[in-house]
Amino acid sequence: MTREAYHKALKDVQDDVLKMADMVGKALKDSVDALKARDIGTSKRLIEEDILINKMRFDIEDKCLLLIATQQPMAIDLRTLAAIFNIITDLERIGDHAEGIAKINISIGNESLVKPLIDIPRMSAKGISMLERCMKAFVDRDIEVARQICNEDDEVDALYDQIYRELVLIMIENPSTIQGATYLIWAAHNLERTADRVTNIAERIVFMVTGKMEEMNVSKY
Amino acid sequence: MGFKIKDVNAFYGEKQALMNVNFEIQKKAVTAIIGHSGCGKSTFIRCLNRMNDLVPLFRVDGEILYSGMNIYSKSLDVTDLRRRIGMVFQKPNPFPKSIYENVAYGLRIQGINKKGILDKVVEESLKKAALWDEVKDRLQSIANALSGGQQQRLCIARAIATEPEVILFDEPCSALDPIATAKIEDLITALKKDYTVVIVTHNMQQAARVSDFTGFFMLGELIEIDVTRKIFTAPSNKMTEDYITGRFG
Repeated sequence: MTREAYHKALKDVQDDVLKMADMVGKALKDSVDALKARDIGTSKRLIEEDILINKMRFDIEDKCLLLIATQQPMAIDLRTLAAIFNIITDLERIGDHAEGIAKINISIGNESLVKPLIDIPRMSAKGISMLERCMKAFVDRDIEVARQICNEDDEVDALYDQIYRELVLIMIENPSTIQGATYLIWAAHNLERTADRVTNIAERIVFMVTGKMEEMNVSKY
Repeated sequence: MGFKIKDVNAFYGEKQALMNVNFEIQKKAVTAIIGHSGCGKSTFIRCLNRMNDLVPLFRVDGEILYSGMNIYSKSLDVTDLRRRIGMVFQKPNPFPKSIYENVAYGLRIQGINKKGILDKVVEESLKKAALWDEVKDRLQSIANALSGGQQQRLCIARAIATEPEVILFDEPCSALDPIATAKIEDLITALKKDYTVVIVTHNMQQAARVSDFTGFFMLGELIEIDVTRKIFTAPSNKMTEDYITGRFG
């Protein structure tokens, strides 16, 4: 007996995860763009919209629980749902990192940035690219791509190191920049954590396909 | 080792029901056999105590070794084999006798009629089958008056009474409600302490709950056998995965 309604419901949940990842990726991009453009209005909107990301996470969780309770998923289906529980938690936290950057932008207020933003948008672009390819690997069940994404976390860590060193130098040279530089270190830290979360998602994709949990790239932070 | 199945092929006349089956069944563990209707799982379990001998035109080749002896050896005493390898069927089939006599039946046909021995075995068997507390005050009542779940546990007690080493369960819960099913499942889990258990079931969740090992049969072939946890979370074979996730069948 094939189970068409069940498999359709399972696919719907996976589609919801992709939608949530799109929302999160867009929030992250907008948060850094707003910081760069000093666009307080967009940052305020992103803080409000984070509620929608949180809601989506709980909606997906509900659907997964219902499928487990009513359909007794097994094997790849069970692993997919187990992976989704973790993936949506990481996506929701990436949403929080975007919200964190939006809050930093609001906290900086009318002050100008202590330096032009170059590497922070690079970190953001790298993180978003990792997230997008990770979600494609989720759909394609592609563990090679998932493993590759885990390795790319080192590039984001290197950018974070570079930003940190640069901002520390600015603070040493001019202590009046301490507050402004610290805000940017926090923003960079949010982006560094974002890449770690994407690495977690990639690990769950490998688990989903192979049934084995591997820790593939331990962040040095 | 409980059973060693080597190159077993089984036929009903021209129709081949089992194809080159090879695996081992562990002692004092529960092994579940799953698969579609007609996949050969019942044929297989019935080979283990030669129940198929009674089916016209049935024949089997290859070897089934139990504790090192070939159970299809011509010199083997089939009645003794079936005493050592008991069986519980899909539909509870108590004899139209009292509860007591149902359990004592196997001993009586072995010529054991001493009341003291029978009383002891009946009580112990009913206790092991988790039925004693429900029937101890009405042992002389007719067995058919029991509920379906109680009748099935009575059949298990009857199988236990002759001190088998193995109990084969062929879809033991398919005629039972969920509560009676849960009791039988608890009982199967308890029985593996003393017995080797092989269970055929259509209910994959039941196989997942009660067994230590699960084998998947398809069109007479054993596709995969492994520890149950692995079969239901990460089977090695795509056909097993497609079956247990309902992608074909």
